[in-house]
This record gives sequence, C-alpha cells and structure tokens, in this order.
Amino acid sequence: MIDPAYRAAPADALRIEPLGELTAIFDRRSMQTHLVVPPVPEMLAAMAEDACDAAALAVRLAERFDLSVEGDARAVVAARLRELAAMGLVAPT
Amino acid sequence: MRHDTRIAVGPVQFRIGSDWARPIAALNRLYASYPQDPERPADATVRLFAARPWRRWLRPSVQIGGDFTVPDALPLPLAMGLLAAEMGMNLQVALGWRRHLLLHASAVEKDGRAVILSGVSGSGKSTLAALLGETGWRLMSDEFTLIAPDSGDALAFPRAVSLKNEAIAEMAARVDPARLGPLLAGTPKGDIRHLIPRPDAIAAMHDPARPALILFPRFGGAAAAVEPMGEGEAFVRLTEASTNYTALGEAGFAALTRLVRETPAFALSYPDSATGLALVDRLWAEAGR
Repeated sequence: MIDPAYRAAPADALRIEPLGELTAIFDRRSMQTHLVVPPVPEMLAAMAEDACDAAALAVRLAERFDLSVEGDARAVVAARLRELAAMGLVAPT
Repeated sequence: MRHDTRIAVGPVQFRIGSDWARPIAALNRLYASYPQDPERPADATVRLFAARPWRRWLRPSVQIGGDFTVPDALPLPLAMGLLAAEMGMNLQVALGWRRHLLLHASAVEKDGRAVILSGVSGSGKSTLAALLGETGWRLMSDEFTLIAPDSGDALAFPRAVSLKNEAIAEMAARVDPARLGPLLAGTPKGDIRHLIPRPDAIAAMHDPARPALILFPRFGGAAAAVEPMGEGEAFVRLTEASTNYTALGEAGFAALTRLVRETPAFALSYPDSATGLALVDRLWAEAGR
C-alpha cells in the first residue's frame, strides 16, 4: 500500500500546550480544541513544514528518539496520520 | 414591562422585567443589600411574561425570556416566579457572557486565594460552598465562577445561594432567618430556598482572587477519598463545566490551560458535609505549604 504524503498545519495555525499526559491543541482556523496523546505531538513536531509520508516520518521519529524502525512503526504512523487528517491538523498533499 | 428591577451580581448588571409584581418584590428582597448602580446599562435582560394575556390572572404561569431563550422551556407557576427569575438570570449569563471564562462552579476565598468547586448538580458543591461561607471563608459564587482571561484571576458572582432539599434545613439551622428567602416547595428541582450571602461577601463581590485549588467534589460513598487530578483531566472536566469555552475561542483556551497548569486539582468524594469541609480545610492547608 502506498501511503499518501501529508503536510502539517502551518505553525502559526496551531497553539500547542502540553498538559501532563495530554497535549491540548487549539486550531486557530477551526477554533477547535483537540486533546491528543503521544506520539501525536511528536509527529507534528517532526513533520515541521515539509510534506512527508508515513515511512519518512517513521524514520524521522526513529532518528529523533533513537529508536529502530522495525515492525509496524510505519503502519502505526500511517494510522495516526489518517486520524490527524480527519481532525484537520494535517492535510494530504 | 409592567414591573422591573436592576440587580448587579459581580460584574453582571441584570435588568429583570415581569408581568407580575410578586417575582420582582421577591428579588428586591433577596438582593436589597447588593450595591446598586441604576445608571449602569444592563449586560443581561430577563423577562418574565405570560405566554397568553389571560395567563396573567388565570392559572398564571411564568414564561422565561430575555436576550437568550431555550426553545420549548416549560412555564412555571407564578408561586415559583422567583425561581423563574433566577433561572432566567443564570440562562442569560450562561449563554451570553463573553468577557470571562465562565465555569459552572462554586468558589470561596481566603487571604486573596480561591478554592474553585466544580461539579454537576447534586455533587454538593453549592452546599459545601455555602457552609464554607459561614465558617471563615468569603463565598464568591455558588453557581458560576468567572476566570479573567488577562490576569487568570477568579471573579465572584455571589447570587443568592440556591439551597436545595436537605441543604435547606442544614443551612437554616446555622444562619439568621432574615437571610433566607421563601420556601419554594415542589419545584422541578425539588424544594428550593435562597440564602442571602453574608454582608462581607456582598461587599467584596468585585474583589478578584487568585485560584489556589480546584476541587471536583462528589457527595456520597461510604468513606472520604481524595485523588490528585492531572492537568489534562482537569482541563477536560472544566471545558465540560464551562458554558462559554467554545465561544471564547483562543482566549478561553489560554485561560483554561493557564488555570489547570497553575492550580492543583483534586477529585474528592465525601459521605457528609462535615467530612467534606474537613477535606477542603486539609487540602487548603497542604496547598499553602
């Protein structure tokens, strides 16, 4: 299966506030509040301004957190990206 | 309208109009000691009116109206006109207020610091706040606590406390009868009797307080229990307890994230009022360390 590439929301569109185990994200465009758990905040941070697909993002996350890209990392990232797209926090390119 | 009055509760100036004299007279008695400023324009308007002209006299029933209304709200009998007025005042604030983040919560203050008690109806937050208000705390609010988006301070909204059912006898045994309103028996919310806050609480109603504790009380259970609550859960619960969080947009988000970050939160359950008061005092003492 080919994963689509996604682009994160522009940095100034989101206000991201860690609140203990949860992270609250306010989307200035939709005025909606989203509550997310790891690895979603880490994914948004790793995507930055670039478009990337699940495989590339899994590699980036592995580098940042010193993990090995094995098993179903790509599939997990792909599933989270689809959820983020449904919330409007990333958009397919 | 035929009869009307103005009442200031905290930062909100109400104008209440009525087809009947009785609800206005009852309000004027409850709020007689509140500071008045007749020149100030009203922030919120409540209208108590007869749904049909003959309903002013024939089985009179009070429809609640104002800037904001709830569709299909059932009218109340005229004997419950005071309850209708209070419901109308709450409704206008809950749906219309935009200057502060509005939490459905009671609050009390000591030494410039506030304890905020948030919970659904029946959680006992009003009774706890009313009891604390008689034992060395300033009652700030029994229903709505306002959070200022710029400073993060809690602002008081000391309406007359709406005592329900068992709380009526509990408070009547402790306070001067002159501070109690008429008994409204058999309302849709059970028996209700209003308690006028202490004069010092009314005099200080414009004084803000720094939030120091957020408590989520729950009345019931066999034993007392206290659970620390994380910032995330407190945030979620308070968004649910706010009637205007969504309407405030980013200002509401910023005010609420700041509140839960800076203020320790606890869930507490308590089997009786004395235990509830002791828990609040214990958590207060620990928070002050």
